[in-house]
Amino acid sequence: MRAWNEFVKGFWSENPVFRLLLGLCPTLAVTTSAENGIGMGLATTFVLFCSNTVISILRKVIPKKVRIPAFIVTIATFVTIVDLVMNGYFHALHKSLGLFIPLIVVNCIILGRAEAFASKNGLFYSMIDGLGMGLGFTLSLFVLGGIREILGNGSILGISIFGSGYNPLLLMILPPGAFIVLGILLGLMNKAEICLAERQGRTPMIKREHDCSTCVIHKKWFGLGEGPEGE
Amino acid sequence: MEDNLEGKVPEEKRPSADGPAEKPAVPTDGAAEKPVAPTGESAEKPAAPAEKSADKPAAAGSPPPAAKPKKKDEIGPRFIVSSSPHLHDGRTVSSIMKLVVYALLPATLFSVYAFGFGALKVIIISVASAMIFEALSQKAMGRQIRLADFSAVLTGLLLALNLPSTSPWWLVVTGNFFAIVIAKQLYGGLGYNPFNPALIGRVVLLVSFPVHMTARWVQATPFGSNPFGVDAVTTATPLTMARESLAALGHIDVPFGTQEIMNLLVGNRGGCLGETSVILLLAGGLFLILKKVISWHIPVSFIGSVWALTGIFYLIDKTTYANPSFHVISGGLILGALFMATDYVTSPVTKKGMLIFGAGCGLITVLIRLWGGYPEGVSFAILLMNAATPLIDRFTKPTVFGAVDKQKAAA
Repeated sequence: MRAWNEFVKGFWSENPVFRLLLGLCPTLAVTTSAENGIGMGLATTFVLFCSNTVISILRKVIPKKVRIPAFIVTIATFVTIVDLVMNGYFHALHKSLGLFIPLIVVNCIILGRAEAFASKNGLFYSMIDGLGMGLGFTLSLFVLGGIREILGNGSILGISIFGSGYNPLLLMILPPGAFIVLGILLGLMNKAEICLAERQGRTPMIKREHDCSTCVIHKKWFGLGEGPEGE
Repeated sequence: MEDNLEGKVPEEKRPSADGPAEKPAVPTDGAAEKPVAPTGESAEKPAAPAEKSADKPAAAGSPPPAAKPKKKDEIGPRFIVSSSPHLHDGRTVSSIMKLVVYALLPATLFSVYAFGFGALKVIIISVASAMIFEALSQKAMGRQIRLADFSAVLTGLLLALNLPSTSPWWLVVTGNFFAIVIAKQLYGGLGYNPFNPALIGRVVLLVSFPVHMTARWVQATPFGSNPFGVDAVTTATPLTMARESLAALGHIDVPFGTQEIMNLLVGNRGGCLGETSVILLLAGGLFLILKKVISWHIPVSFIGSVWALTGIFYLIDKTTYANPSFHVISGGLILGALFMATDYVTSPVTKKGMLIFGAGCGLITVLIRLWGGYPEGVSFAILLMNAATPLIDRFTKPTVFGAVDKQKAAA
């Protein structure tokens, strides 16, 4: 049961992109298409799974004071493997992801899971955690990239869906599109979480970093805070 | 402009509650004002409304702020003590919005006359879709539905005037979606939007559909031909022609004699619906200035800086740079400077700030026109300066009456 929980938390309750807001740099930069999103997500998943495994095994050997450099070296090793393998076997994808493959080294999710989970938990759960988090990240990138590709290119995974009469909304595959789609998805995810929590009779897992109690939207949509009566 | 209009009025009507969200620059560093703040209020809150009314008394017709504290003392504690302003001249959001729509009407009607049914279609679709998006998003977000304030009508009209007459319906609807839902309602609605909604709509379309937005101009044929005929002559805008001639011939080859100037002034050229008829736009702008809906500062400094900067380059090299007067009356400068840059919500509140804002718009416009990737830069310039507005407000905040400069006092 715990294994299942550790696995699924990456998809919803601790989704790296939509809940923890980690790894936003590759999230925003490479999701110009669904294919790029999946490629980036799977590359990250591989690194996350392997680094969690190794760090969990070595967690009692690594001295506390030098743990961060040790984690980074471990992560960098697997990123190099991914970089070379993708360059060899998925050259086109590697080219379109470009610099963001080597930059997986500094992806917050990977270091975050190493520090917060793998260095404190056993091998089995660390592997499950890495896999779940990585696949959750992949799913988020796929959704984001899919929406941007549908709107901005009229296709999904390279397959045209609207026909040639469709005029793509180019903005969506340009940088502003990433921010607009991510922002709207974050809002919808929060709304969904609140509805879900209400049905299950628990408190919603949304941290209120800022006081939004005066915002009308916050009251009406999220049921939080007092909010003024109408505007 | 539409949004400003409202911005001003709501500011007067709901002085303290909404101030902080909208113009963070004003209330935060209120150390200097604290001594003069009316008692019983928090020190920060009164600063915002006091400044607003001080800055825009002419436009709003509100009373001079100095009179207010006195009055409070006279009437005593039984009356409700609130921060200024205390007098309302009866001007409402919708009345200001309507004035702006009236000011745009001559240019709008001329565009229908000049471009024919295509223009009429664009205008109707744009205004209707703006109102529909406004109502739907206000309903979805739990706000009051306020179509009667005319702000959506104005946004839709302004966006239509920024589109070519050949725009297909989906282009207009998409632009209005971004203008109303993304740029306005998601930011909190009227008075809270950091950027001019109509310009956001236009720029989204310009970036997304370059072919529809920059390559399908129709020559306006206001006089001497059948205005409602189906025949249309495709042409380029004057600025595009200038740029293309520079690229092809190596020097600017735009005739600029009396006949050409007359054509540009009356609108006998290609371009967006609303940008062609300079004379009617100027008449509308003058109407707004006389009605004290807008002040002269932003338009004058915007147009003046474009004229001055392009003039300098014209004097340096007449073969590469076009006549400064050509830059002023071609393109969307007049429409932008009079009706878009003067938006209350997205432009500075002080006179000095307005002059800086206009000059910045002019500088960016010239940079884009002379060296940028697009032939026209007015909309980008205004949006970029919208982003700088809180900063300008912060740096041009006037000293509060009676406040003591601590540094000077110490010295």
